[in-house]
Amino acid sequence: MYNFSYQKVSSIADAVEAMQKAEDGKFVAGGQTMLPTMKHRLASPSDIIDLGGIDELSGINVDGDTVTIGAMTNHAAVAASSDVQSAIPALAKLAGNIGDPAVRNRGTIGGSIANNDPAADYPAAVIALGATVNTNKRQIAGDEFFTGMFETALEEDEVITSVSFSKADAAAYMKFENPASRYAIVGVFVVKSGDGVKVGVTGATPCAHRGMRLEEALNGNFSADAVDGVEIPVEKMNADIHASAEYRAHLVKVMTKRAVEACS
Amino acid sequence: MQTVSMNVNGKSVSGEVEDRTLLVEFLRENLRLTGTHVGCDTSQCGACVVHVDGVSVKSCTMLAAQADGSDVTTIEGLASNGDLHPMQQAFKDNHGLQCGFCTPGMVMSALDIVNRNGNNVDEATVRKELEGNICRCTGYHNIVKAVQAGAKNMGA
Ligand SMILES: Cc1cc2nc3c(=O)[nH]c(=O)nc-3n(C[C@H](O)[C@H](O)[C@H](O)COP(=O)(O)OP(=O)(O)OC[C@H]3O[C@@H](n4cnc5c(N)ncnc54)[C@H](O)[C@@H]3O)c2cc1C
Ligand code: FES
Ligand code: FES
Repeated sequence: MYNFSYQKVSSIADAVEAMQKAEDGKFVAGGQTMLPTMKHRLASPSDIIDLGGIDELSGINVDGDTVTIGAMTNHAAVAASSDVQSAIPALAKLAGNIGDPAVRNRGTIGGSIANNDPAADYPAAVIALGATVNTNKRQIAGDEFFTGMFETALEEDEVITSVSFSKADAAAYMKFENPASRYAIVGVFVVKSGDGVKVGVTGATPCAHRGMRLEEALNGNFSADAVDGVEIPVEKMNADIHASAEYRAHLVKVMTKRAVEACS
Repeated sequence: MQTVSMNVNGKSVSGEVEDRTLLVEFLRENLRLTGTHVGCDTSQCGACVVHVDGVSVKSCTMLAAQADGSDVTTIEGLASNGDLHPMQQAFKDNHGLQCGFCTPGMVMSALDIVNRNGNNVDEATVRKELEGNICRCTGYHNIVKAVQAGAKNMGA
């Protein structure tokens, strides 16, 4: 890991100022992606600006049908939160199956979605639950946040402050996980609510997306059988040492069926 | 450079470190607490697990500067007056180690598992929660037995 200059800030304003002054700065949250990436020299920022001292970025708040999770809230806290467990149990369960206990004690929701790893779990939930990503500058709709592989709508000096999720009538997340890292080879988040069915798919393609064909089929008939007839475009799937494109296309349907069954 | 101060195994310590110094490097190289191991560079093996403010973290994936002001417990902080901690004793009694390289991280993760799941934690939970700790010797079976036995003895 190349050296850098580290500073811990205690307010969002200080974080933004530090970023603007830095030659090539990066925010760090839990560091569970940032530090491994820097150790491999895939990133070598001049400045690391630690958001860990900004108290207002942590915590979970429920207001009516909306659950707002502070950007610096770690995965273990989301998994253990009785508020999240009762409002959106599928979200608490998703957080509890990210990586391993030590990763969950450090990794944060803000870091996970800002990083937008194609195999990360939270993006599927953000998309399917129609969440809103709140930043120091604006509110970004979940559907518009993830723009490509490791790319998001965020600007350089934009800090995610929290993510707001709405309760659903039913929701479930199923992932086929990489046994070494627990990242999703394919993960599918299915939500049923007043506006119909929404399906968030991660792991399958370079960037998490809505499964429009699956949604169409499930809006007509919310059952695992409805998934059988859906064609998943193999040419759009990721292929790597963990799974071929054909296998991922197959897994999208299997995970969707399991999620639908868990919803009913 | 950064000046970091923390409480390690009940003692206040401080030191001058490079900004990029990892917590595990500070523990091993500055404090000479070499019980905490480094087994990988991908944050996956768990040989480096210590407790920071009461919960398990991978000390290879945290900067020393990020642990400034924290309470840290390493494997060296468990035994008291020459008596092994019940979890360490359980690893010994149940043949929960062979080469011992993964053991400090296993024991620290095991204590975190007991803290969250209690003294009667079941086998499936232990196996699931040890996912972040890799052992290339034992095949895990006796580690799982050791964690359950240690958990019980901690409650006794
Ligand atoms: C062994 C291992 C297993 C893992 N398994 C899984 C898994 O199964 N599923 C999964 O989804 N993830 C997994 N992860 C990743 C983990 O969830 C990380 O926590 C997550 O990817 C990044 O969160 P972080 O808080 O550590 O962010 P960091 O690593 O600190 O930062 C990541 C990126 O986000 C940016 N950032 C962070 N916070 C903000 C903010 N508030 N505003 C703007 N930008 C911000 C940083 O600048 C950086 O670019 C795993 C990681 C490890 C090491
Ligand atoms: S050395 Fe920390 S996880 Fe391997
Ligand atoms: S005992 Fe050798 S790695 Fe676990």
